[in-house]
Amino acid sequence: MALIDSKGLSKSQFTFSEDDAPLAHSFVTIERWKELGKPADIGVRVESGVTIEELVELGIHRLPFISLHFPKFADGRNYSTARLLKDRHGFKGELRAEGDILRDQLFYLSRCGFDTFELKEGQNTDTALKAFADFSAVYQTAADGLPPAYRRLQ
Amino acid sequence: MNGLYLQRHAYMLRVAVPYGLLNTAQVRALAYIARHYDRDYAHFTTRQNLQYNWPSLKDVPDILQVLADVEMHAIQTSGNCIRNISADHLAGIALDEAVDPRPYAEIMRQWSSFHPEFSYLPRKFKIAFTGAANDRAAIAVHDIGYRMLRNEAGEVGLQVLVGGGLGRTPIIGEVIHEFLAPEDMVSHAEAILRVYNQHGDRDNKYKARIKILVKRLGIEEFRRQVEDEWKHIKDGALKIPSAEFDRIHAMFQPPAYEEKSADSEALNLALSADAKFARWYEQNTTDHKIQGYRIVYVSLKSRFRPPGDVTSDQIDAVADIAEQFSFGEVRATHEQNLVLGDVALDDLYEAWKQLDAADLATPNIGTITDLICCPGLDFCALANAGSISVAAEITDVFEDYDRIHELGAVKLKMSGCINACGHHHVGHIGILGIDKNGEEYYQVMLGGSAADDASLGKWLGPAIPKEQIAGAVEKVLDFYVQNRIGGEEFLAAYRRLGREPFKEAVYGAN
Repeated sequence: MALIDSKGLSKSQFTFSEDDAPLAHSFVTIERWKELGKPADIGVRVESGVTIEELVELGIHRLPFISLHFPKFADGRNYSTARLLKDRHGFKGELRAEGDILRDQLFYLSRCGFDTFELKEGQNTDTALKAFADFSAVYQTAADGLPPAYRRLQ
Repeated sequence: MNGLYLQRHAYMLRVAVPYGLLNTAQVRALAYIARHYDRDYAHFTTRQNLQYNWPSLKDVPDILQVLADVEMHAIQTSGNCIRNISADHLAGIALDEAVDPRPYAEIMRQWSSFHPEFSYLPRKFKIAFTGAANDRAAIAVHDIGYRMLRNEAGEVGLQVLVGGGLGRTPIIGEVIHEFLAPEDMVSHAEAILRVYNQHGDRDNKYKARIKILVKRLGIEEFRRQVEDEWKHIKDGALKIPSAEFDRIHAMFQPPAYEEKSADSEALNLALSADAKFARWYEQNTTDHKIQGYRIVYVSLKSRFRPPGDVTSDQIDAVADIAEQFSFGEVRATHEQNLVLGDVALDDLYEAWKQLDAADLATPNIGTITDLICCPGLDFCALANAGSISVAAEITDVFEDYDRIHELGAVKLKMSGCINACGHHHVGHIGILGIDKNGEEYYQVMLGGSAADDASLGKWLGPAIPKEQIAGAVEKVLDFYVQNRIGGEEFLAAYRRLGREPFKEAVYGAN
């Protein structure tokens, strides 16, 4: 299980905290975060199905770290959540993807605004890192700010 | 998302044909693949794509290379993503067209290709375009359907339908926007997809299409949510610059038509001298918007092959004929035929001779034997009944061309299971294969339409065993012929007469 960003092994210090008292640079479930009195200096893990409206209402978009969890690779709701957090709600912290993430999804996840990626057990890090260069040009605007084909051609 | 599926006997590879448009280099590459990597044939689908039914897994990389060499691929022809975009197969050449939809379909194709946010949707997503008065693209039964229009000031806009679809729960799409400015089409689509991606059902795949979400929320509420999302992105980077429209429009310039007379002596001579040609001319060609040209349908509904199937040699023949007589362009239709869009009147007789020699000139376009049919039990892992063999029986019953011409416009559509790949709900006559204690049975529905007057057919009565289905279709049509008024077409007669008398004709008075 390696933690990567688009450049290589990630230097992010955020780790998931199960039961211990929250430390600096840890993240917890939304339930625990609420129990702890919604501290502003730690991160949360968000399960798929939590809506962007709920996150914003709780002020989670102002935290330094959010991890969006993918229960299965086909559950694509968090791609939209990521874009809305970054593009619309001004989330400035680290956005991480965890769970059932496939190599071929890394490019898309990165385009939607994810910064770090928790690879699954047995996933090859070098192969995964190559995914960020799968395409040299893009057709759409997204959270990464890359110019779409129709703006590059002008 | 590459369209490679393990089916009943083998892998199936589905190749994308955006809005059904092919040049002859592409057509020849498709023939080459069929000849070298498949069993010497290929199959055109109801979404203007092409399928290979027998490729070996080990050959797939080579096949993809052959495709890539002619700028083709199999991307987004499967999976829960935005699928290949379809459009009116007569786009740019039809008499009844207000706006050529292809440049707009192309903009949408580019936006939807490798979309980072919408490639893991709740379910597959299909988009279709038309710009004509008569809808030949079945836009009302797509997840999003676009109709290009011109307002009184002559400006171009899009009427947007959402939430249509067939499958287990057939629904006619509803209007979400009456007249969308083209520069806003991508941002508006992004808003629709974002609402769907977040709120579509992901627990039950039979309730996961956007039509179920639209139905559950109601069109008013769905529209409100889309507008709410749209206002944030409408005036941002998704607005399409006019220079981009110019660039894309330049790709769809008409071919170099010659100035021709509306009357062709060569054609008139051939029509009076050759009755077989005259019959084909009447049934398989239609008016072109440019004087001196005609649109030619290449029938893939021969008695000798399943609907939509073509051999490698036939595919090459189409390329040859297109190069000689139709500016090297071929179009696939969603009714599983091909079109040569721009044949000069003077060339029709020679084009017909070559088509006829390749068994591509069955004079049955728009008739009962121009039927739509899914691969069925013979190939598909989902099917519970055969469609191809029933199609063959029906084609045999109606082998007499005088008879099928007498019957006029009848759209027969057949699916081998409730997933409705054969679009049976929108056939004038729809047939659905079911499994009844291990035996193949068929249900018949009447009165569907995928055209502008889109409607879903109604079940006629109890399921019918396989050996009686062709006879049942015959009874329906005999009853129609006996009871039609003047030149009334089948669908109009059915709508006037209602279901009951047809039911009686098929099942008897009790």
